[in-house]
Amino acid sequence: MINLPLIPLLIPMLFAVILLFFPKRIILQRAVATGALALTVLASFWLIYEVYTGGILAVTLGSWPAPFGITLVSDLFSALLVSTSSIITLFVVLYSFESIRKEREKFYYYPGVLFLLTGVNGAFTTGDIFNLFVFVEVLLMASYLLIVLGGEKAQLRESIKYILVNVISSALFVSAVAYLYSVTGTLSMADLAVKIPQIEAVGILTVIAVLFLVVFGFKGAIFPLYFWLPGSYHAPPMPVLALFGALLTKVGVYAIIRTYTLFFTMNTGYTHELLSIVALLTIAAGCIGALAYFDVKKIIVYNIIIAVGVILFGAAQLTEAGIDGAIFYLIHDMMIKAALFFLVGIVAILFGTSDLRKMGGLMKTRPALGWFYLIAAFGLAGIPPLSGFPGKLLIVQGGFEDLKLWGSLFVLASSLLVLMSVIRIFLYAFWGDPVETVKIKEPVFRRMFYPAAGMVILTIVLGAGAEWFMPLISGAGEVLLNPSFYIDAVLKE
Amino acid sequence: MRSNDVIIQTATKAVVFIILLFAIYIFFAGHYSPGGGFVGGLLAAGALVLLMLAFDIETVNRIIPVDYVQIAAAGLLISLGTAAASILFGVPFFTHAHTYVYLPLLGKTSFHSATLFDLGVFLVVVGVTMIIIQTIGEDE
Repeated sequence: MINLPLIPLLIPMLFAVILLFFPKRIILQRAVATGALALTVLASFWLIYEVYTGGILAVTLGSWPAPFGITLVSDLFSALLVSTSSIITLFVVLYSFESIRKEREKFYYYPGVLFLLTGVNGAFTTGDIFNLFVFVEVLLMASYLLIVLGGEKAQLRESIKYILVNVISSALFVSAVAYLYSVTGTLSMADLAVKIPQIEAVGILTVIAVLFLVVFGFKGAIFPLYFWLPGSYHAPPMPVLALFGALLTKVGVYAIIRTYTLFFTMNTGYTHELLSIVALLTIAAGCIGALAYFDVKKIIVYNIIIAVGVILFGAAQLTEAGIDGAIFYLIHDMMIKAALFFLVGIVAILFGTSDLRKMGGLMKTRPALGWFYLIAAFGLAGIPPLSGFPGKLLIVQGGFEDLKLWGSLFVLASSLLVLMSVIRIFLYAFWGDPVETVKIKEPVFRRMFYPAAGMVILTIVLGAGAEWFMPLISGAGEVLLNPSFYIDAVLKE
Repeated sequence: MRSNDVIIQTATKAVVFIILLFAIYIFFAGHYSPGGGFVGGLLAAGALVLLMLAFDIETVNRIIPVDYVQIAAAGLLISLGTAAASILFGVPFFTHAHTYVYLPLLGKTSFHSATLFDLGVFLVVVGVTMIIIQTIGEDE
């Protein structure tokens, strides 16, 4: 089927439009949204299978020849990310049934989630730099809705900051695309990868590469540009936060990895060096934040920033180990962040606060929750049988091969701080003297707990079965390291 | 306080039809000359806004009892359907089809499926503009 790369973004979009017709019928909204996401997950698995067996799939819309039309390209990297984001969105919707309020559900919550997934999957799949901008706007518009939906005071305040930062970075994105277009005369990514090595004015291209790093750094929260993230991600309710934490920054990270492996490789001594330094500073900033707060949301939010730094440090190396590690860690991090936000959300609901110092003794009343949280925390830190380990191992190995000794040691040291920050939640919330908890009904608890536990189990499968996933990961890394595969698939004949 | 606005109301009654006709003209002209679904939709919404200015929101809602959210959703559905129909024919998404037919009065006329896509854009623009104006206008 020639249109297969489009299916995982058409299904959520179609059902989001259908959901607009009956906003007040909550049961139907839940059922349609769940069904649509299940279909999306199946379609994305089919996509992985086809790409794995048959090579990169590329379709140029409107039957135009390749550099003139908009191309959508599914290589293993994007197909894996599309599957991961679809699975996470499915779990977020299941988790939302109990944790989002009815008045939000009546006001286009589920269409918003589906449109967000449309934008995320589109951004992962597109092979055109301006189309990437459009899909980023699609997901940002949906995220503006989700961050302000409910209209609480904190949400209103933080959504103004969030929208302001994103409008400015989007304007920068347009200018960066304009510069790139005026230098190269093309917008198709494969064609850019052909044209850029032929251009001798490396200086201007380096400037554009750094400009793109700034743009995607705003979206992906890298070191000096992450300032908006902790506040904005503190405002929305937990399922929305899980969706944002798992997907949104990762689109920026994906875009940096894609552009810095596919076409901004003309002056790696400057651009990729800059990227690794910025990545290490990002890790440092995230670690400081993760240790500084007594607020469970803030701790996990700063862990997003740490993970962005680790992934980009791997991606900056342009070695096989570094790139494979970055891809594995990216997929692991999307899943583990969703799982942690789910679990922490339940903890915050049980205690009626997100302040660690007012918590304690949950291990006696909710042991299952405690054990799943402990597994997720160990997974985040990268303890061997769990999913954080293989990715970080490869990233550190890549750093040693690439003579970035200090960087690798820094990443290893940051793991200790990550472990400390999440174990602190465990110590405060689950150990110690029991504190009065909010009474919630057992079925309500179970309907929040099962999606969270399911997400943790998926990360365990990803870690324990790393050997099964490695062929996919290294296949994805191979395309990133050899842009000619990508170019040939798009500009065939 | 409502002053005597018989002039504006009378003028509106005549002008609204001209604007609507112009909107439809611009919509159909889009393929060969400046225009298309977006400006056409904005013009049509402009006509409705003029009605709301001359009369008031409740009156206009009584004359045109539609839910603009549904208009916008229907527009999205039409656009998506036009683009996705190509999937059924096994060609890349968004591939359009066109043909020429001889109509009794108009003679040789071209039909292009891009018009249907534009119709979707038209409805989304009308729907979204009217939702914004209605929501702000009814807000106390």
